[in-house]
Amino acid sequence: MRSIRAAAVGAVTMSLALAATACGGGSSSGGGSNDSPKTLTYWASNQGASIAVDKKVLQPELDKFEKQTGIKVKLEVVPWSDLLNRILTATTSGQGPDVLNIGNTWSASLQATGALLPWDAKNFEKIGGKERFVDSALGSTGAQGKDPAAVPLYSMAYALYYNKQIFADAGISKPPATWDELIADGKKIKAKGKSVLGAEGANVSENIHHVFVFAKQHGADFFTADGKPDFTDPKVVDAVKQYVDLMAKDKVIPTGDAEYAQNQSVSDFAKGKQAMLLWQSAAANLKSQGMSEDAYGIAPVPVQSGTPGTGAQTNSMVAGINMAVFKNSHNLDGATKFVKFMTSDEEQKVLNTAYSTVPPVKTAQEDAAFNSPDTAVLKQTLATSAAALPQVAAESQFETAVGTAVKELFADAAGGRAVTADSVKAALEKAQQQMPAA
Amino acid sequence: MTTTALKEPVRDTSPGAAREPRRRTGRIRRVGLPYLLLLPALLLELLVHLVPMAIGIVMSFKELTQFYIRDWGSAPWSGFGNYKVSVDFDAPVGEALLHSFFVTVGFTLLSVALCWLIGTAAAVFMQDTFRGRGLLRALFLVPYALPVYAAVITWVFMFQHDNGLVNHVLHDQLHLTDKPSFWLIGDNSFYALLTVSVWKGWPFAFLIVMAGLQNIPRELYEAAALDGAGMWQQIRRITLPSLRPVNQVLVLVLFLWTFNDFNTPYVLFGKAAPEAADLISVHIYQASFVTWNFGTGSAMSVLLLLFLLVVTGLYLLFTSRGRRAADV
Repeated sequence: MRSIRAAAVGAVTMSLALAATACGGGSSSGGGSNDSPKTLTYWASNQGASIAVDKKVLQPELDKFEKQTGIKVKLEVVPWSDLLNRILTATTSGQGPDVLNIGNTWSASLQATGALLPWDAKNFEKIGGKERFVDSALGSTGAQGKDPAAVPLYSMAYALYYNKQIFADAGISKPPATWDELIADGKKIKAKGKSVLGAEGANVSENIHHVFVFAKQHGADFFTADGKPDFTDPKVVDAVKQYVDLMAKDKVIPTGDAEYAQNQSVSDFAKGKQAMLLWQSAAANLKSQGMSEDAYGIAPVPVQSGTPGTGAQTNSMVAGINMAVFKNSHNLDGATKFVKFMTSDEEQKVLNTAYSTVPPVKTAQEDAAFNSPDTAVLKQTLATSAAALPQVAAESQFETAVGTAVKELFADAAGGRAVTADSVKAALEKAQQQMPAA
Repeated sequence: MTTTALKEPVRDTSPGAAREPRRRTGRIRRVGLPYLLLLPALLLELLVHLVPMAIGIVMSFKELTQFYIRDWGSAPWSGFGNYKVSVDFDAPVGEALLHSFFVTVGFTLLSVALCWLIGTAAAVFMQDTFRGRGLLRALFLVPYALPVYAAVITWVFMFQHDNGLVNHVLHDQLHLTDKPSFWLIGDNSFYALLTVSVWKGWPFAFLIVMAGLQNIPRELYEAAALDGAGMWQQIRRITLPSLRPVNQVLVLVLFLWTFNDFNTPYVLFGKAAPEAADLISVHIYQASFVTWNFGTGSAMSVLLLLFLLVVTGLYLLFTSRGRRAADV
């Protein structure tokens, strides 16, 4: 009898506990606080060759921060494949990190959710002021006319990486500055039995980065001035077609690249199978794959004609990582201090050197460490000829819809189907219809 | 418990005013206890299964986009708006969903049929004892035992255009194709998906049918053989009818698993599946997570749930009616 009563009591207790947990989950709509001033959770994006590398780079800096402020930072490096989903989940549940890295192209989309702390003048003051940051990097921190949703942390730009040996063998004396030159060089390279240019045809984000630049070079935009999708503009169609034609018509991108989505084109380049690669801050990645720094050269991404600049001479997106504070943080002051620490001149030098990126902080950028030929090209591009991807709330949907359309067009080209202005337009029209009406 | 049961009849013999209610509480206690003990499990079931399902249904009536996910109580109600968008087959979203639905139906029918056929054939051939039977049986179960992700990633490598094993065999060695084919993009992706799905699914059919075959008495076959029935007739007249109840469950389970399969297409193709292999589970994932429109995604999920409920209901109705008729 006693054991039965015990069991009954146990059952009731457990039921109550379950009911309590079920009710306790509720959404936390309130803002942040400073309830736990001694700890912070930080989600870092995967910047190095692996997650282990990132931990090795970041941990000593976090220890330094703890020594300075007494705040312990719990680090988690989140792989790119999971990062956006994790952020969305954190936003929905209100249970997230205090500080996090975001891809800078997501800024406006995440800003629209209201989950991130807006960086108004007062908050910027706490980390030394907005003027400390480079303008191009600030241009990719949220929608225009709103307080930025994040602060630039690492900046990157696309550049043309070329294999010096293959160029020498093919008798090419300097890297191509225009697309026509690239295609002409491609013929010489193919004659030597190497493939010309790598691409990640099945990687939706990579596709977007490239067609965005091509659109700029054609004087077009994917969105109208008031933020409405405008994918079927004839100039946009021309731009997308020009990119896909690098495989379909000009045959400089091998058809096999149409199914690449796991950075296989970087491996092809590192192994010396392929002469050129359009990539952002590839140095660390190439090194980890065993390619020595002397083996390749780095040049600005080609333009239609002339030299890189603004407008139609754009030759890169503003790529980079931003740092944001989760509005629900229980240590807002500590989080702000941590952002200040990470964007300080000293840390900027350490971190950007480790990741072969460019500091978005003006004073840090002037350091001699960022004057190597590799970084100089990236710095120059960011300063003069890079444009920010559209800062609209529907950016994330845009990447998916148009990026997938380009993927399908590459699949057509690889499968031997004709890629015509009509087929490109049809694909883009379909992408536009998938965009939210608002 | 036994002690109470013994004592109570003794007490009942002495009359008294307080007896009745006490006996009632006693009965409530006796009858209620099992329910009380079930309560935690029931609540857990609610928590893990039914509550999320109910929330999903509620979500499908809301306009739950990126602007509201932070505080989704504040998302406006959209009535049947999400459903209208999903089933408006003239508009792009509905059209894409319908396309994905047909692809999934075709894929599921083919995959289930092939899994069943291969699984049953293998099980029947494995009935007779021969050297190495145990080894073969174990080998056949390997695809089922492997972790899905590892297995499918291996297939991704094999299906690669430039250095994949499939193209190496089909093109380089057997010269069946003019040039290496693409398996992970374009129209061929459907066959790639089907291959992996069947490879992964048939061992389960094999396992279940094999277990079912153990229950068929050997005498039936012996008697049939005496009467002059060949192997094919034995399979048709004895094996298949005896396997009927097993097959009924097997086909249903395979159907539901295949129709809802998310891992295989996701690992094979990533977030954006090629049109020819755009299975509905990934399609819905894309409609909600990738485009941040959880309302529409939920509405599509509810529609899928309804469809599967109807199919399962009809299937059970017809097969059990058939069985009852056969039993008579």
